[in-house]
Amino acid sequence: MSSTLTPRRADSIENPQLQQWKASLEESAIAHPPGVFSPAFIQETLALTRRLFIQLQRRPSTLVAGIVQPLMWLILFGALFQNVPQGLFGESQNYGQFLGAGIIVFTAFAGALNAGLPVMFDREFGFLNRLLVAPLASRFSIVVASALFIAAMSLVQTAAIVGLSAVLGAGLPNVGSLLLMGAIVLTLVLGVTALSLGLAFALPGHIELIAVIFVTNLPLLFASTALVPLSFMPGWLQFVASLNPLSYAIEPIRYLYLHPDWQFSSIVFQAPWGSVSMGLALGILVAFSLGALALIRPLISRRIA
Amino acid sequence: MAPAVLIEGLQKRYGEVQAVKDVSLEIKPGEIFGLLGPNGAGKTTTIRCLCTLTLPDAGRLEVNGLSVIDYPRQVRQRLGYIAQDVALDKVLTGRELLELQAAIYHLPGAIARDRIAQMLRLLELEDWADKKTGIYSGGLKKRLDLAAGLLHQPDVLVLDEPTVGLDIESRTAVWQFLRQLHAAGTTILITSHYLEEVDALADRVAIIDRGEVISSGSPAELKDQVGGERITLRIREFTDADEAESARALLQDLPMVQDAIVNSDQGNSINLVVEPNADALMTVQQQLKDADMPIFGISQSRPSLDDVYLAATGRTLMDAELAAVGQRDMKKEAKQQNMRR
Ligand SMILES: Nc1ncnc2c1ncn2[C@@H]1O[C@H](COP(=O)(O)OP(=O)(O)OP(=O)(O)O)[C@@H](O)[C@H]1O
Ligand SMILES: [Mg+2]
Repeated sequence: MSSTLTPRRADSIENPQLQQWKASLEESAIAHPPGVFSPAFIQETLALTRRLFIQLQRRPSTLVAGIVQPLMWLILFGALFQNVPQGLFGESQNYGQFLGAGIIVFTAFAGALNAGLPVMFDREFGFLNRLLVAPLASRFSIVVASALFIAAMSLVQTAAIVGLSAVLGAGLPNVGSLLLMGAIVLTLVLGVTALSLGLAFALPGHIELIAVIFVTNLPLLFASTALVPLSFMPGWLQFVASLNPLSYAIEPIRYLYLHPDWQFSSIVFQAPWGSVSMGLALGILVAFSLGALALIRPLISRRIA
Repeated sequence: MAPAVLIEGLQKRYGEVQAVKDVSLEIKPGEIFGLLGPNGAGKTTTIRCLCTLTLPDAGRLEVNGLSVIDYPRQVRQRLGYIAQDVALDKVLTGRELLELQAAIYHLPGAIARDRIAQMLRLLELEDWADKKTGIYSGGLKKRLDLAAGLLHQPDVLVLDEPTVGLDIESRTAVWQFLRQLHAAGTTILITSHYLEEVDALADRVAIIDRGEVISSGSPAELKDQVGGERITLRIREFTDADEAESARALLQDLPMVQDAIVNSDQGNSINLVVEPNADALMTVQQQLKDADMPIFGISQSRPSLDDVYLAATGRTLMDAELAAVGQRDMKKEAKQQNMRR
């Protein structure tokens, strides 16, 4: 480091424009603290999202692995059950077609579940302090930035899975169905990302967070309709699987694959306590995500000790 | 005019540990204020409470008259915080980090660009701006951290041990930069356990020990309060203990000598506290000459902040640091365990 940090006298430390801007800010901002959806919120959210995309661009291996992994699932799991007699998997013509919806949802879910990890590492390395001492319009910008990033990843993964499924003979849903599938994936991702980030603020460290991710990830997969239909399961598991938010994303997508002429009133699956329509499933997903956001609010706004 | 920073009766406990017991201080606008104390004294905890990162158990905290507890967002806009450990994203370039920093302080685009260019120039980071921070040296990282903390032109800049781990040259450069900021009117709160740092920079100082402020005032005031002058002398380059002890006993008898000790850490040199007196050096030299003792070296000095600390706590800052080492290693280990991926 050169020892001449000092006197280039021409350089002032002050910046008159910035000074002016600060003065104008004092009057307006104190009276009206900006909230979610304010320009300030959008500015900070975009900057935080940009950071995540720069990281991805310079470390693309996560994206590559994120695409290769579900495709391998699709091929290997599909092969495993290839010879199961037709008709066992409900209306699906073959297991590959049945499995696609499960892999789409599980991949998005796993990505969102891990969203808290980078935030936890930021916390442990002290980078998060940089954000927490800044006058953020709302700390939800950290959540929204992560959700936007994971959502983009999930949509790319979903496209890859849909593409490979089509090649494997599962057919290709029409544009309307594809859009609704996208919306279902995004809703689930938002809710799960929020929960994961809530944990990143609440748990003591990354060891604990990884433990929670570990014990949630596969059990939620197996206790859902991702791999087998409800009718395969014993009664108690049917009950659990019908409480699992993943099922409310998987079954509508599976239905979309088989029924281009879907309606909100179409029954997408039979829970032990009654039939679930497309509209109800979507409603439950939205409620899940909003509930998750409300739940983590106190966690992310508290001052970490 | 409201003080730039007001802390009154601050308390914070972590489980068993009372990290901050009773800290009160007031920083005037434009002042450099030093918070001096050994490892574990509660400096970082005090600063975290001030910077809205930690909720205190009790106490009043204000920045420019605004309550830190009630108006955290407004306080954040006015504060710049440079943490004890530099935390950068090693994948981002310096410029990208500053762009992120500008956005989370909501600087408008044109002003942000101008200000980023200005800070890169001021901290002489232009050549490094578009390289990833992962390859920066320690001094460069600290400079980027300073640029980030100052980007939004805070009214009060808070630095937690800003020169720990820096080489002498980098340290001097940071000091110079802080002086320049001071000249431009920024209020600065700096923590340190380097006496020289606080002595060289601070207009006023609070000495904090085990979570309590034990003394505060300007460095000169504090030294005057302790009083007396220091004389350090060596009989030989390496004096043996007996000879040093007999010289000490001899000098202790002089009426102007208030205290005399043999410092075995420094080759059995003899440290005297004497009444401020023009003839002190001469008198000491004469006393030794009369006893036929040689003098290898002798010097006179005003009390240091270490003497202030010694007078207030009965230990030197060095001793306190050593005592904290055991604790600190445990802290470090726990941290490393935590960090391992
Ligand atoms: N998050 C925490 N949980 C538990 N104990 C803590 C925590 N933070 C600090 N402490 C404890 O509180 C005391 C004061 O710590 P603090 O970090 O404020 O000291 P410091 O003066 O900054 O020391 P240093 O010079 O080592 O940085 C220490 O005993 C420390 O171990
Ligand atoms: Mg500290």
